[in-house]
Amino acid sequence: MLSGIAIRSEGLGKRYTLGGGAPYKTLRESLTGIARGAASKVRSLATGKSEDNSFWALRDISFELKHGEVLGVIGRNGAGKSTLLKIFSRITWPTEGRVTIYGRVGSLLEVGTGFHPELTGRENIFLNGAIMGMRRAEIATKFDEIVAFAEVEKFIDTPVKHYSSGMYVRLAFAIAAHLEPEILIVDEVLAVGDLAFQQKCLGKMSEVSNSGRTILFVSHNMAIIERLCQRAMVLHAGRLEFFGETEDAIKHYMSELIAPGESEGHVFDLAKASHRRSNIGPYLQRMELYTDDDAPVLEGIRIGASLKVKVYFDLPVPTRSFDMGLAFDDMFNQRIFTAHSLFEPDRYQGEIVGPQVFVCEIPSLTLTPGIYNLRIWLDINHVEADFINPVARLTVLESDYYGTGKAPWNGIFVLKHRWYVEAPSVIER
Amino acid sequence: MATETLSRIETAPIPVTVIQPRRPFWDFELGHLWEYHELLFFLIWRDVKVRYKQTALGVAWAVLQPLLATLIFSIFFGRLAKIPSDGIPYPVFAYVAMVPWQYFANALAESSNSLVASQNLIKKVYFPRLIIPIGSVMAGLVDFCFSFTILIVMMFHYGIRPSGTIIFFPVFLLLAVCTALAAGLWLSALNVQFRDVKHTIPFLVQFWFFMTPVVYPSSIVPPKWRMLYGLNPMSGVVEGFRYSVLGKAGHPSQLIWVSAGAVLVMLFGGILYFRRMESSFADIV
Repeated sequence: MLSGIAIRSEGLGKRYTLGGGAPYKTLRESLTGIARGAASKVRSLATGKSEDNSFWALRDISFELKHGEVLGVIGRNGAGKSTLLKIFSRITWPTEGRVTIYGRVGSLLEVGTGFHPELTGRENIFLNGAIMGMRRAEIATKFDEIVAFAEVEKFIDTPVKHYSSGMYVRLAFAIAAHLEPEILIVDEVLAVGDLAFQQKCLGKMSEVSNSGRTILFVSHNMAIIERLCQRAMVLHAGRLEFFGETEDAIKHYMSELIAPGESEGHVFDLAKASHRRSNIGPYLQRMELYTDDDAPVLEGIRIGASLKVKVYFDLPVPTRSFDMGLAFDDMFNQRIFTAHSLFEPDRYQGEIVGPQVFVCEIPSLTLTPGIYNLRIWLDINHVEADFINPVARLTVLESDYYGTGKAPWNGIFVLKHRWYVEAPSVIER
Repeated sequence: MATETLSRIETAPIPVTVIQPRRPFWDFELGHLWEYHELLFFLIWRDVKVRYKQTALGVAWAVLQPLLATLIFSIFFGRLAKIPSDGIPYPVFAYVAMVPWQYFANALAESSNSLVASQNLIKKVYFPRLIIPIGSVMAGLVDFCFSFTILIVMMFHYGIRPSGTIIFFPVFLLLAVCTALAAGLWLSALNVQFRDVKHTIPFLVQFWFFMTPVVYPSSIVPPKWRMLYGLNPMSGVVEGFRYSVLGKAGHPSQLIWVSAGAVLVMLFGGILYFRRMESSFADIV
């Protein structure tokens, strides 16, 4: 509907100060800042000395987005996606650079913002609508539609504190979904509600994107990004790494994601793994992958071949209760399969301490050809102690699983099966 | 398609927003504030609606607080301590001051905490942050109306008729609102960064109460200190209420002009400070 530029970002950067430092200093700074008025640039130079405890959540972000485009924003956690959206929706201020936005911005950063538990559903629709930037008249015209979408007709005059969490979320999303700004900012809202409602939300998203609205969409779900977005940007550590066709962006993101960099053939040095979350301690040391006949996994494994994962870890304190999980995710971060030691009936039950080797054996890995991400975690006393995602990339190679000379290519996994014609009827000659 | 584009452009020119690290300090963006007046209205409406939910006495609280305080003051200060009341029956003298004072004290407490209490909103949605303290200062006016009604009843009872000076009443009400807002802006913005503010409020309110001629007339303050005394805007508000509502003889003009000047300075400084801090609210609240 509209043409031309929707968002222009020039050299955008945002710096956060960690730990807050001495509050007194900031107060004094602010007061002197007022006194100096326009000479504020001096102040930013003066604060340069606290450079060591600040970091750039975003730096040098420059791009242009046209009206009607649906842009996916992808990147790992902490890459700066949320900060970027927060700046565009004016919740936080940039430290440097400049953004020009042509049109009204609506954001679905967080649905249900400003809901008051004591107010009824009806009252909250008006309040929340106003908070999201809708005019009262606009809300009134869409009121019935919102209520119907949220499926809360019967409870519309009940205070929302009596709502079930599902109703609450549906109502909140329904209001957000009926915003009609020129530019819509969406951050992982599809993770709410039950499956049926998620489908409905996805439908609404497609509808919105088809109506020529400009959308900035953040998600970890590559399948949705691929489906909704024409172009995508990849953020990494606050920098714009890639901006272009969605397909290329996803490839770029994947290659970054699945290159732990610390691997040497089939041996993965986990002590240096960067993509980890260690709640108690970095205990996982090393992982080795083997396939049939204890051959190391180098390029990949064949369909249906065995996989043996040897995990070396080190426990500083004795424990009886430890468990390990190994999960396989596809390129779209969809979980394919989890191998967990909880499922092992004959597990070693004694107390262990010091260096250990835990082995997981999968007699036949029947996944279709492709690349899979492995994540691994160690639980101690049923609490996640150490977690690495992704820990490795595993390639399943095309091979003649069925013994017909034809490699399976479709679906997620392979399964031995038979086809036969029952009592064939033939023309007798 | 083409006509649609045309009509859209004609009816609603697309707003252009420029987001930059700093804005000039003199730009209060008051026009921008006006764009959000509906939201302001809804926030006030929410505060009013929610305030007395799940309370047994409900709105009666708005009246009970100043009324009971007046009763106690009348016994201890009026009867026992025999504090002069400029020839007005002491209960009316005290209550006419309690009405704006109670409004101010409540508005101060509510607004100083308002930004922290709305951190959910601040972290997730954009709107001019000024709306939040303004809203909580305005919401207190509903309680004010209830307690003011009791004042009228009381004046009937004591046979006091309002005089022509009542036309100045709105001016003093505005002065009260501005005082509450000025203090609210400073304290709410400070509270975002220093939660110490929360602990100083009860003390501050108590101290301020005795600096304000609520239980005693400003006429007992020695004339040479009167100007300094007027720097507390609430003393101007309270004397102004007595003057305009009760038609008390003797126009406390000097005091009121000093108070009005003090309010202007406080309010202007408060807006500047608030705007200065606004950009960091979402990051530090």
